[in-house]
Amino acid sequence: MTAVQTPRVDSSAEASAVSKLVERVKRVVSSNPSVLPTVAAIVIFVGMVIYGEVAYGRIVQYNTLSNLLINNAHLIILAVGMTFVILTGGIDLSVGSVIALSSVAGVMLANAGWSPWLVMLLMVLIGTAFGLASGILIQYFNVQPFIATLAMMFLGRGLAALLSTQPERLADDSPILWLGEQFKVIDGEKVNDVVVTPGVIIALVVVLVAFFLLHRTRTGRTVYAIGGSESSSALMGLAVPRTKVLVYVISGTLAGLAAVVYTSRLGIAQNITGIGWELDAIAATVIGGTLLTGGYGYVLGSVVGALVLGLMNVLITRDGGIPPEMTTIITGGILLVFVLLQRAVTSKRHT
Amino acid sequence: MSTAARSSWLRELIRKPFFWGLIAIVALLALNVVKDPNYLAFSVNPTNGNLVGNLIDILRASAPILMIAVGMSLVIATGGIDLSVGSVMAVSGAVSMVVMKDAGQSGSLGVALGAMGLALLVSAVLGAVNGVLVAYVGLQPFISTLIMMLAGRGIAKVITEGQNTSASNEAFRWIANGFLVGVPVVFLFAIAIVIVVGLVVRRSALGLMIEAIGINPKASRMAGIRPSGLLLTVYILSAVLAGVAGIMSVGTVMTVDVSRTGYQMELDAILAVVIGGTSLSGGKFSIGGAVVGALLIATLDKTIVFLGISSSATPAFKAIVIVVLCLLQSERVRSWFVQRRKPPQGRMTSSLAPVKQENQEVTA
Repeated sequence: MTAVQTPRVDSSAEASAVSKLVERVKRVVSSNPSVLPTVAAIVIFVGMVIYGEVAYGRIVQYNTLSNLLINNAHLIILAVGMTFVILTGGIDLSVGSVIALSSVAGVMLANAGWSPWLVMLLMVLIGTAFGLASGILIQYFNVQPFIATLAMMFLGRGLAALLSTQPERLADDSPILWLGEQFKVIDGEKVNDVVVTPGVIIALVVVLVAFFLLHRTRTGRTVYAIGGSESSSALMGLAVPRTKVLVYVISGTLAGLAAVVYTSRLGIAQNITGIGWELDAIAATVIGGTLLTGGYGYVLGSVVGALVLGLMNVLITRDGGIPPEMTTIITGGILLVFVLLQRAVTSKRHT
Repeated sequence: MSTAARSSWLRELIRKPFFWGLIAIVALLALNVVKDPNYLAFSVNPTNGNLVGNLIDILRASAPILMIAVGMSLVIATGGIDLSVGSVMAVSGAVSMVVMKDAGQSGSLGVALGAMGLALLVSAVLGAVNGVLVAYVGLQPFISTLIMMLAGRGIAKVITEGQNTSASNEAFRWIANGFLVGVPVVFLFAIAIVIVVGLVVRRSALGLMIEAIGINPKASRMAGIRPSGLLLTVYILSAVLAGVAGIMSVGTVMTVDVSRTGYQMELDAILAVVIGGTSLSGGKFSIGGAVVGALLIATLDKTIVFLGISSSATPAFKAIVIVVLCLLQSERVRSWFVQRRKPPQGRMTSSLAPVKQENQEVTA
C-alpha cells in the first residue's frame, strides 16, 4: 500500500531506488524461497494499480483506496481465517454459508428487539459453533476437511433458508449499522477523502492479532508444523489435535465476525448472501502465497490477495465491457493460474 | 433348512452397506403414509394409460440424481471428488435451451437431438478440463472441481446472458415428462444408462482398475495401470452424466434457471454415494448402492416438501444425514460398537484403517 502512494520523484533517483528495492527483494527471496509467491502477489497488486490508473484513471486516490478497504473488510477477515486452515493443509468451504446464516439470524434477532451487542456476539458465536463442529468432525472422526466443511456449508445454507428466504432489512436506526458508518480521517478535495469504518478497523485488528498469533506464538508454529507434516508434529509432541480444531474454530469465528462487518455495511441479509465467498477467500489466500498443501504462507500475503480480488472487481466495473456474470469465471481462472504456479514452484523445490 | 436359508439370506442383506438406505426409504414412506394414508396409492390415468401416483413422482425425480450419483461413485472410487456436477448440469441445461431457442420454436426431433448432443459435448469438455487438471497437472481433485463448480455457474450465466431461458420442443420435453408403457421415460432412460455403465465397469477390468487407483495410485502404476487416462475418463464420464442430468431437469419445466438448476446437487451426489456404502476415501464403489442412495434422496426431497417444509431448507436435512453417515463410517464410532458387541471381528476394522494416508497421497 505504501509503495503505491510514494510521490513521484525525478527519473534517475527513482530508477536507483527501484533497483535498490529489487536487490533487497532478491536477497530476501534467495534466502527464503517460500516468500516468492507473496512477493509475486504484491507485484501483481502494484501492477494492477498502475494498469488501472493508466487505463481508467482515478485509482491512486484517497477515496478509491479507502473504498477498496471498506468494501473488502469482510473478505480480508475471511481470508485471514482461511489462511490458518490452509496452513494446516485443510480447507474450509463453509464460510460463505456461515455468513448467510449468521447475518440472517442476526438481522432477525435485532429486528425482534434484542440488544445489538448481544446480537453481534451471537452472530460471531454462530460462526464459532460451526467451526467447532467442523473441527471436531475432522480431528476426532477422521472426516476429510472438504467433506466436513461441505456438509457444514449446506447445513448453514439450509438453516438460513429455514429462517427466511426474503431479504431481511435492519431498521434504519439500528446501532449495528454504526459499524458500517464512514468516518473521515483526512479531508481531501471534494469527495477525495480518506475514510474508514469501524469494520475496516476490526479487519485491521484481526490481521494484526492473526499476524502475532501465527508468527510469534507457539500455537502459530504448531499450525505451520502440522501443514509441514502432521505425523512429525505429533511425534514431536506438539498439540496437534487441539490446534487442528482451533484453526477451524478461528475460521468459523472470523466468518461470524465477517458477517457482522458485512451486514453492518449493507444493512440487508438474505439466505443467498455469500454464495461463492469460500472461493474468494481461498483465492485470496492462494494468491497471497499460501500453499494449498499447507506449511507455507503469510497472513499479510492473504490480505494482499484479498485486495487483489477487490481491485479486480473495481477494474471490471470501471471497464464496463465485461459482463458481471464473468466475475466468478475470472476469479476461478485467477485461482487456477495461481494453483498451477504453486504446483510448478513446489515441484521444482522437490527435485 | 428353509429357515436357515432364509436367515442367511437376511444376514447377507443386512451386511450390504445400502441395507440401511433401504430401511430409510421404507421409514420415510411410512412417515408419508401416516400423514396421508393414500400416499402409496397407484392409479392409471384413463385417457393415456399412464401410471400416476407419488411413487411414480419419486422415480421421476430420482432420475437426475441417479445420473450424477453413478458418475460421482466412480470419481470417488478413484479417491477424488467432483464438486462441479451441479454447475455442469446448469451449463448443459443452458446450452440445450439456448440452442433450441435459437433454432426457432420448431418442435422437430433433429433440433432436440442437436441441442442434447451439443450440451453433452460441452459437458464432456468441462469434465475433460477437470480430468486434465487432476490427472496430468496433479492438482487436488476438490480444488480443480471447486473452481469448475463456481466458474461453471458463471459459464451457464454467460451462455444465457444471465437470463433464465425457456424454449419449447415436444421431443425434448418427452424425455423428461413422457411415458413409455405407463412408466416415466426419464426413469427408464436413467436405469438403462446405469445398467450400461454398471455392466461396462463390472464386466470388464475397468472397475477393478478404478478401484486400484483409489487404493494406491503408485502401486497400481507399478502393476501396469496408467492412472492418468483412467482418471481423465472418469471425470469426463461424471461430467457427461451430469450433462444428462441437466437435460432431464431442464426438460421437466423447459426452462433453465441459471442460478438454481443443479444448485447444490453435488451434495445429493455425495450423499447418494455415502448412503450406498462407498467410503469417501476411495478404493471401492457400488453402483447398486448409488441407486439406493439416489432413490432415498428423491424420497427425502419429496417427503420434506410433503411435510410442508420449504424446499430451499432441504440441504440442512441432507447435511445432517451426511454428517451422521460420515460419523458412522469413522473408526472411532465403529470402535465404540465393536467394543460393546465384542464379536470376533478383524475384518470390519481393517478395511477402515489406512484411510487418511491413502487419500493424502492421491491428492498431494
